[in-house]
Amino acid sequence: MASLNVRAALLSVSFLVLALGLWEMATQPPEADAAMTEYERLMGGADQESRVPPPSEVIKLAWAELSNPFYDAGANDKGIGIQLAYSVYRVLTGYLAAMAVALPIGFLIGMSPLMYKALNPYIQVLRPISPLAWMPLALFIIQDSDASAIFVIFICSIWPMLLNTAFGVANVREDWVNVARTHELSPVKTALTVILPAAAPTILTGMRISIGIAWLVIVAAEMLVGGTGIGYYVWNEWNNLDLASVIFSILMIGVVGMLLDLALGKAQKLVEYKE
Amino acid sequence: MTKSFLEVDGLSKVYPDGLGGELTVFEDIRFALEKGEFVCIVGHSGCGKSTILNVLAGLDEASAGNVVMNGKEVKGPGLERGVVFQNYSLLPWKTALNNIVFAVQARWPKWSKEKVKEHSERYLKMVGLDHALNRKPSQLSGGMRQRVSIARAFATQPELLLLDEPFGALDALTRGVIQDELVKIWEETRQTVFMITHDVDEAILLSDRIFLMSNGPNARIAESVKVDIPHPRARATIFQNPAYHKTRDYLVDFLVNRSGSALPEKDGSPKVAEPAKGVAQPEPATAQSETESETAARAVNA
Ligand SMILES: Nc1ncnc2c1ncn2[C@@H]1O[C@H](COP(=O)(O)OP(=O)(O)O)[C@@H](O)[C@H]1O
Ligand SMILES: [Mg+2]
Repeated sequence: MASLNVRAALLSVSFLVLALGLWEMATQPPEADAAMTEYERLMGGADQESRVPPPSEVIKLAWAELSNPFYDAGANDKGIGIQLAYSVYRVLTGYLAAMAVALPIGFLIGMSPLMYKALNPYIQVLRPISPLAWMPLALFIIQDSDASAIFVIFICSIWPMLLNTAFGVANVREDWVNVARTHELSPVKTALTVILPAAAPTILTGMRISIGIAWLVIVAAEMLVGGTGIGYYVWNEWNNLDLASVIFSILMIGVVGMLLDLALGKAQKLVEYKE
Repeated sequence: MTKSFLEVDGLSKVYPDGLGGELTVFEDIRFALEKGEFVCIVGHSGCGKSTILNVLAGLDEASAGNVVMNGKEVKGPGLERGVVFQNYSLLPWKTALNNIVFAVQARWPKWSKEKVKEHSERYLKMVGLDHALNRKPSQLSGGMRQRVSIARAFATQPELLLLDEPFGALDALTRGVIQDELVKIWEETRQTVFMITHDVDEAILLSDRIFLMSNGPNARIAESVKVDIPHPRARATIFQNPAYHKTRDYLVDFLVNRSGSALPEKDGSPKVAEPAKGVAQPEPATAQSETESETAARAVNA
């Protein structure tokens, strides 16, 4: 009997083959000329071009794109690697800025019931706002589309990190805080050697949620601001009616999102502890 | 009157009773501990033992009264008082060794890394855990965790050790083994210990004196019972001593029949009881057979 992993892998591959096969069959080009109406002939076979491309075509394109991901042939023709790098750069910049703000404030409101009560109403009002709703204001104030996209990432990453940090810090077992107290640790030392490691798994959970949201939002933000990035790329290829590229870039968005999540998952493993 | 090492004067704890009134858990708690003494406190659940211990530790505040140790009033927790909690309170992300290293570093910040490590390992060895230095608490049994916790408290060499039912969560066999270890480590270090237990045999095995607390509300420390059994003691042989049975009967009688109504002396200090006074001690041939001189000798040593 093969191990569970091997069997799961076999099953995964069969599902993939099945799905690709169905997709390939469903998107066969119509029979040549015979099926073309006069109208279609007049339109130069445009309908044939605008059908959903079969997987074979997408794979061919993916091969071409991935074998030269960083070419740069002008504003509207850059390699997929360059576009993804722009998006990842924006996500990480906004995300790190959000971390720099969310972790200290989360610590503060987690430690101080007073600060929690004072700041909670603002958090509750600001949190449900769609990050894209900030875009016009950001564009107006910042006057720079790139920085505005980063700001939107900043604002959407901040909440899960902030709330999880506050929750994790507030719920550190009292026994462990008492251990710090009976050993006369300074407040800074207590925060770093007891509260931070105790709350780290909860904080990392928030950070993992945040990176997921940030990656969702960047695509939409880049569709709005344009210029560069994977979101812009998808929109641009749609305008070119290059559906193979659209599908390919959708897949790449998924892959990069998964890698980001995997990285945070690894970090989460590092700080986990069993009681 | 000479000042004792630890003086507890008129402690009380009052909570709102939820009906607009007040509930006095315990009141006018008075006692003194001498350096090197091992004292257990026994009483029914809910009478306020843990609260008293937490006040001594500086983790809780009394509603009235004060605690003076070495002539200084206790305000807040401090390294000169070590605490062992019932639920071990080890930091789960640190190994057994690092849980102790952490405490030793806090106690002696100037020590070199090697010295801290060596000192910590020595105390883990004392509780028989030198094979488990690098295991996390989650990989240790309850008994082993409590040993680490005890080693941590002894390693920082506090002037007063506070133990809140340290063996309460352990099975009887494990408890016995760790009691022996506590006896051993205490014989080596002669730390001053104040310990809560609900196990009468454990109290007799370990203590020089046993405080008996009356039932709450308005609980008091009614009596202070002398345990006239010489050190070193061992769990396996202590019950052969006639003084052991006298003392045990006295404690059980208090808990069963008298804890509801017992009161301390008029001045608030616990009544001194010596249930085993005059009971002949089965001494080794060389030692004097008289209990009094044995006790006196110990007082001088302390
Ligand atoms: N926050 C509180 N409000 C009201 N009563 C409390 C509170 N905390 C503890 N008590 C009461 O104080 C009493 C003493 O508790 P504790 O010191 O834990 O007793 P013990 O350790 O002797 O079992 C208990 O009866 C408990 O109900
Ligand atoms: Mg208790």
